[in-house]
This record gives sequence, structure tokens and C-alpha cells, in this order.
Amino acid sequence: MSKPIQQKPALRRFHQASWDEPIIFELSQPGQRGILLPEVEEEIINEVGDVTASLPDPIRRKTPPRLPEMSQIHVLRHYARLSQENLGVDLNIDVGQGTCTMKYSPKVNDQLARSPKMTELHPLQDQSTVQGILEIMYRLEQMLKEISGMDRFSLQPGAGSAAIYANVAIVRAYHASRGESNQRDEVITTIFSHPSNAACARTAGYKVITLYPDEDGYPDLGALKAAISERTAALMITNPEDTGIFNPRIEEFVRIVHEAGGLCSYDQANANGILGITRAREAGFDLCHFNLHKTFSTPHGCGGPAAGACGVTSDLAPFLPKPTVEFDGQKYFLDYDRPQSIGKIRPFYGVAQNLLKAYAWIMSLGAEGLREVAEVAVLNNNYLMKKVLEIRGASAPYAKGKRRIEQVRYSWEQLSEDTGVHSEEIGYRAADFGTHYWTSHHPFIVPEPMTLEPTESYSKADLDEYVAILQKIAEEAYSDPDIVQTAPHNSTVHHIEQEPFDNPLEWAVTWRAYKRKARKE
Amino acid sequence: MKEKKTVYPYIPNSAPVAKEEMLKEANAANIDEFYADIPENLRLNRPLSLPKPLLSESELVRHVDGLLEKNTSTREYLSFLGAGCWQHHVPSVCDEINSRGEFLTAYAGEPYEDHGRFQALFEYESMMGELLNMEVVNVPNYDGFQAAATALRMAARITGRSRVLIAASVSADKLSMIRNYLMPDMHVELVPYEPTTGLMDLAALKTRLSGQDAAVLFENPSYLGLIETQADQIAAAAHTHGALCVVSVDPISLGVINPPVEYGGDIACGDIQPLGIHMLYGGGHGGFIGTIDEERLVMEYPSRLFGVAPTIVDGEFGFGDVAYERTSFALREMGKEWVGTAAALWGITAGVYLALMGPQGMTEIGEGIMQRARYAMKKIARIPGITIPFESTPHFKEFVVNFDRTGKTVSAVNRALLNQGIFGGKDLSGEFPKLGQSGLFSVTEVHTQHDIDRLVTTLEEVVR
Repeated sequence: MSKPIQQKPALRRFHQASWDEPIIFELSQPGQRGILLPEVEEEIINEVGDVTASLPDPIRRKTPPRLPEMSQIHVLRHYARLSQENLGVDLNIDVGQGTCTMKYSPKVNDQLARSPKMTELHPLQDQSTVQGILEIMYRLEQMLKEISGMDRFSLQPGAGSAAIYANVAIVRAYHASRGESNQRDEVITTIFSHPSNAACARTAGYKVITLYPDEDGYPDLGALKAAISERTAALMITNPEDTGIFNPRIEEFVRIVHEAGGLCSYDQANANGILGITRAREAGFDLCHFNLHKTFSTPHGCGGPAAGACGVTSDLAPFLPKPTVEFDGQKYFLDYDRPQSIGKIRPFYGVAQNLLKAYAWIMSLGAEGLREVAEVAVLNNNYLMKKVLEIRGASAPYAKGKRRIEQVRYSWEQLSEDTGVHSEEIGYRAADFGTHYWTSHHPFIVPEPMTLEPTESYSKADLDEYVAILQKIAEEAYSDPDIVQTAPHNSTVHHIEQEPFDNPLEWAVTWRAYKRKARKE
Repeated sequence: MKEKKTVYPYIPNSAPVAKEEMLKEANAANIDEFYADIPENLRLNRPLSLPKPLLSESELVRHVDGLLEKNTSTREYLSFLGAGCWQHHVPSVCDEINSRGEFLTAYAGEPYEDHGRFQALFEYESMMGELLNMEVVNVPNYDGFQAAATALRMAARITGRSRVLIAASVSADKLSMIRNYLMPDMHVELVPYEPTTGLMDLAALKTRLSGQDAAVLFENPSYLGLIETQADQIAAAAHTHGALCVVSVDPISLGVINPPVEYGGDIACGDIQPLGIHMLYGGGHGGFIGTIDEERLVMEYPSRLFGVAPTIVDGEFGFGDVAYERTSFALREMGKEWVGTAAALWGITAGVYLALMGPQGMTEIGEGIMQRARYAMKKIARIPGITIPFESTPHFKEFVVNFDRTGKTVSAVNRALLNQGIFGGKDLSGEFPKLGQSGLFSVTEVHTQHDIDRLVTTLEEVVR
């Protein structure tokens, strides 16, 4: 008789799929087809003749693009295999991608958005035929208004950074309308706000002033006072910041900027822990934005399509992107008659299918449910912090002994000093256990950083498993650092040479470039 | 009666037992302790005023389906709408792949645990590179508007100049986005189109071009569906003055129309929505930018560029970010413009599409669209009172239909078509007043001869 199957070991014996899949061009078989097209009817051909002959020589393509030639199942199989070499929220305990709010994206919402009554809508259809989607957008705006306290929203931005850009464009239009655009040429942000706050402001023509944290990790009030002037156009700030620390003096920050005539724009990328707890309105903000793919659950899609939402006070509402979605008591309609609008920031009206998903998600939770989201996300985070800080070599800089909101930026400085193992290497080793891991945005203000954001989607057992993985890697760093520093071992691929990516003679962004440079074809 | 506490299926620790245990382990008496830094006066201290939730999945489905039921889709009505978003067939395999949870719910992992995403996007770049005959293509940015605007900013950085010339046949929306994006340090001047051909007025271009121009931007095909047959001359004129030639193209045309690099284009850009992505009421856009592989060009991309490199194991492909130290992720405001979450899944989807179509599919679809569009133009032009401006110019997919001599407005025509279950072309009368009462009609591979004939017959009745 065989032995009874033993209990699983404490740590998962993970190995990622490794199909050793060629580059798709290598799968090409001459003459094969992945899909056929409807034939053009004979009568059409007889009527029009050879249309491409009307193209002058420089404009007509003579050789077909050298795309792979593959049967349908071979295309499907190739991509199905690649998908197995990828970790979505559906598969892993995705607490390691801090600031990204990796929560469960409910399947029912994806299914609803796959309705042909969503996918097959053309954005220029007569508005009488799109009342359903317009109503969803209108209702979503009403809900976001209540959640933030702001007066109007635009759902047009494609994601968070586009929303930040829209907000800085609104700031610029507002000051221009008051004849102050030349005078107000500075935007203030903090180093623990997303890089796009600084980068969008700079692209929009502003000089950027970045505030660093004070000793306790809070944005430095003294530094703000030193930076503020009649040149200040706006403060663009996250709260809680990427450290998970909530700035308790935020109202004072806002007041100081307002007194100098500037506007305050709230990057609410980190809103997951404060839904129903505190709002942009109460802190006095003029603008805010949400990432609907983070806080409001729409899937991240490997990096988009996502959805962003810009909220403003009534004073700034005239500057919102156009069109807005309005309701006249009988029908929903798109309002283009907005002379002060910054105009378009993307084609049409937004990532409509994700607006639908965000709407459905809020509708499935309601006010009490949203608060539960926030409270459990914060509970999970503080539980995780307690456990992580018990690991040798880990710390949470700033605000010692204080709680965090929904995420924490940790430091492995001690571990690194003791063992020579760097945070990135811990991340590569974490892949061996089937998880993501993220350090921090650049520059690394926190030395050897690690940012974890557990959201509401994970159970105690999930968090314990993640902690056990970190614990194991930390032990390895002290006892056998080589195993960490040569990781990953159980992943799809092994250590990747980094030099080619920064060498113009070697880098290859396409297969044709690779063949020319590396294979000398 | 004690109120029942909801346990939410999406929130494992909403179960009271789990919550109690977690609190205890975290040494907290209650959740409120975690919010100690939030001042009392900033607390909401009341429940949000939101609609009553639909806690069960079945209620939710019923509610959202009920809303969607109010829409009438292009599956139900016959549509000739285009103007920046097009009805093409979406192969089933495209949806199958982009619905897989491994891709759909992933985000920003490293090239090890997210190898599949990196390879799929590298392959997307590579297949777009074949379509464009260019060695560098970015991981998708948001949409074709942003791709064009960024291409112009890249041109400005490369040339050190600040003015751009844009063909005046561009859509009002695209121009609005570009103008907003180039503010305040760049400015836009329009080059008129020639009234009989609809193509760029070459003489006007040459008069305007000067040593202060960073770029000339035109679309090929244009917003109005016209193939810019003078493309090589425009590029040459731009180059004479040291300006770059930026061309916005429809990628689905590139099986039959030469890609920009073949006629002097320096930067190609456009939108990948036609490549296997549903219209989604405007939610299906993704932008691409392509150039040749020169460091001075590559270093000006704001987007991520995924590249291939060896691993320590023979025969293994590894992937990573090429020249990451130019992005705002690396350098904040000192990076090139800004980068964030945009449209990666649509890039993967477009890659699947191009692999399915292959060289022959891309050639056939381009030819077929040109034939069908030309057939529709010819038939519509025979309707008394209706004219096709720019009829003699080669077209791709879209064309302008003018109703001036019918005495009817486009909106009246479209209302009448709608009553017959047809979405007519986009009303251009606001955007291009010079074109009078004109609509922009789009014909693709999804339209049969019968569909086109039905449009023609219905139009005949409507304008009679």
C-alpha cells in the first residue's frame, strides 16, 4: 500500500511555466493562414477594377509585410503559452506591486463588458442609440462626486498619468483665464508622489519643485513654505504618499498654496484605504483624480487599457475636457458647448468598457462595501507590516511606531549591509515562489526599498504566505546569499544580460533589429 | 432585530472571525487606530450617499444588462461610421487571448515572472516594425492622438525647433489634443488642403516652411479618407528645411500603401484600434510610434521600448527595457515627457491580429477595403443631388459625401437613415464648414455588396 500523501511543505514548490517558446517569426510556415477574409464580390471588382493601380509608385507597397504565416491554432497556442508565462492577479498573491492596488477584478464585470451592446458601439452613433452607456457614465460621475466631494468629473483620461496631465492642463487654463499664466510658472510636488506629477507638469511647461520628506516622513512643511510664491501654479500631491503615510497637515498645505493663489491637485492613486473615510473636498483640494483600474477594480491589462477620472470644483468645471455627459431629465447627452474647455485629451469620451466595470464594481458594494474595502485594505496592510518587520534585516523608515494606511515602503538596508544582497535581487528570488515584488519609483529615497500594498483582496493565509516567502529569502540572504543573487531559478527564464538594453549598437526593439545587429542577417 | 453584517465575496477578510484575528495580531483594538494620522475635521463621519448596492451577482447582472439593453449596437444597425474609430472584424483568437486572466489581470511585473507579457509586446513591436519597415516601435501609448502629439514633441527635441506644420484636413478633435499637448513651448500652423483633390496644398506648404519648423505632419490616409499621393514630395520639402516628416497612418492600410519610411517619413504614428480591437464606444484605442534605429531618435521616445537580450542559458530569449534612463519613471521631470499605464493589452491583441492575418491577409484586407470603398463612392455618386468631393483622388476606407444639392442637411439625412436602421456617416458640417453639408462615410471588410447597395437605395429614397 502506498504511503498517505503528506502535508504540503510550508512554502509552495512553485515552478513557472517555461515553454521555451521561439519568437513568433520563427514559427512561420510558408503559405499558412490564421484567418480568412470575406471575398470581395465579383460585381464590385467589375465595377472598380484594380484600385491599387491608382496609387502612384512611391505610395504603393510592392512587397507584403514580412509577417509570420501561421495557422490559427499555432497563433493561439503561441500566445496561450506566453500567457502562462505571466502572472496576473488571478494567479498570484499580488501584494508585491505596491502603489498599483492589485485587487481582484470581478469576472462578472468583464463578462458584462463583453456584451456586443458594449463592444460593438461606435462612439459617433446617434445619441438616442447609446442611452445605456451614457447613463452608466453619468451615474459613475455622480458616484465619484460623492466619493471625492468634488463637483464635476471627466471620465475621458485613459489612465492615471493622462488624468494628471489633464489636471495640469486645467491648472494652466485656469491661470491663463485670469491672465496669470506668465507669472505662475512653478508646480510643487513631493518625491513620494508618482513621477508623472512632476513629469506632466514639466511637459506642460512648468518648472518643478520637489519637496522631500521631513524626519518623520511627512512632506516637509518648512520646505513648502520656502517654495511657495506668487509663481506657484499648483501643488500636485499624493496622500497618503507611496510610503503609506498620511500627511496630517494636508489642510495646512492646501491653505498655504491657496493663500499664494495656487491650485491644489490631489493624485488619488492611493485612495484605496480612505474610501468613505476622508475626501478631497474636506481637505480643500481644487482638483483630484482617481485611477479606476486601481481603486475601482478594473483589470490592469498588462499596463492598460485602464481608465482615469478627473474631479474638480465647480470653479474649475468649465475647463474640464469636452464633451461632458449631461442629463436633461429625459435623456443623456454629450455636451460639446464648453468654450473654456481644455479640449480633447483622447479620442472620444474615455475607456468606456472600463467605466462600465468600475460602475458595476461600485454598484456591487455600495457605501458600506466601499468603506469595508478601505478598512480591510488598511487592516491587511498593518497586519502585513507587523509581520514583515519581524523579519531580520527589514525596516519601515519614517514615522516610527506609527500605523500606515494602505501600503508601506519598506527598506532592506540592514539586510543589504549585512549580506550584500540588494532589494532587486530579493525580487528576482521572490519570482521563484510565484509572486511579484517591487522596489520603488526612482530615485530610491528609501535605501534598498520594497513597496507592498496588500489591498482588500487577500486573506490572512495569503498574507502569511507572502511573509513566509520574504522570511525565507531573508534567511537565504544571511545563510546562502548566492542562491538569492543568482535568482531566479524556477522562473520562465534565467538571469538576463542587461548591457544590451543600454548599448545603441546592441539594443533591439524589434526582431528585424535583432537579426541585423546580433545575427548579422 | 440586529442588522445583518454583509460578508463580501470580493473581500475575504470581511468575514468577522478573520477580522478579529487580524486585529489581534496587528495589536489593534479597532480599525480606527490605523487612521490616527487623519485629523478629525477631515473625516467624513457619515456614510457615503450612494445607490443601494446590488449585493448578489444575479441582481447586478440584471441591472447592468438592463442599462446595456438601452443601447443599439452596430450588430443591430448597419453602420458606416468611422472618423477615427472603425468597424473591422475582430478575430475570435484576439478576444480569446486578451481575455486570459494571466494577461488581463497582470500589470507591471519584472521580465522574469512576466516574461510572457514582455515577449508578446516585443513581438507586437516587431510585427508593427514589419508593417512599418522600421526597427523601432514603442510599447503602445494611449491612442493615435497622443502618438501624433508625442511624435511632434520628439521632432522638436531632435531639431531644437518649436513650430510644426500640420495638414488642415486633420480632425478637429485630434488637432485640439495636439494643440493642448504642445502648449506652451511649441506652436502649430495649418497647411491648407487643395480644394479639388483634398490633398495638401504643396505650394502653400513650401511658402510656409522655414528653418524654424521642427516637423510637417500629415495623415495617410487622411481623416477624410484620402491617400496622400504627394507624400514623397511633402517629405522632401520638409527635409529641404531641416524639418522632420511625421506621418500618421492607418495600420490596416499598410498591406497596400507604402509605409512612411519608404517615401521619406522620419516618424510614423497612428492608432492600432483597427487591428483586432473592438470599437467599445471609443475604448479600444492604442497609439504607436515608429522610427529607424538611430540613437538620437530612440533617446527621444517617452514610451517604454521592450528589447530582447540573451540570458545565461543558451537559446533563451530574455527581455527588458531599452534605454530606460530616458523615461519619466527613471528621471521624473527630467525624463522625456511622461509615461504611465496606457494600452499594453491592445498591443498584445494587435500582435495576435497581425500574426493571424499574415502578409497575405494584410494585402487582401487593404485591397478589399479600397475596392469596397470605391464601389460605394461610385454608386453613391450616381444618386441625383449627391456628390463625392475629391472623387478622383485615391481613397482608403473613408470618403466624403456631400448633400448640398439635395437641399437636405447631413443631420436630416442621418435621421432618415437611422429610421431605416442605418448609421450614416459622421456629420462634417461643424468641423469642415467649407465642405458644406457633408458626411464622412466608412466602408470596411465587414460590409458586403448587399450592405453597400442597401445604403445606396436608402439614400436614394431619403434625398428624393
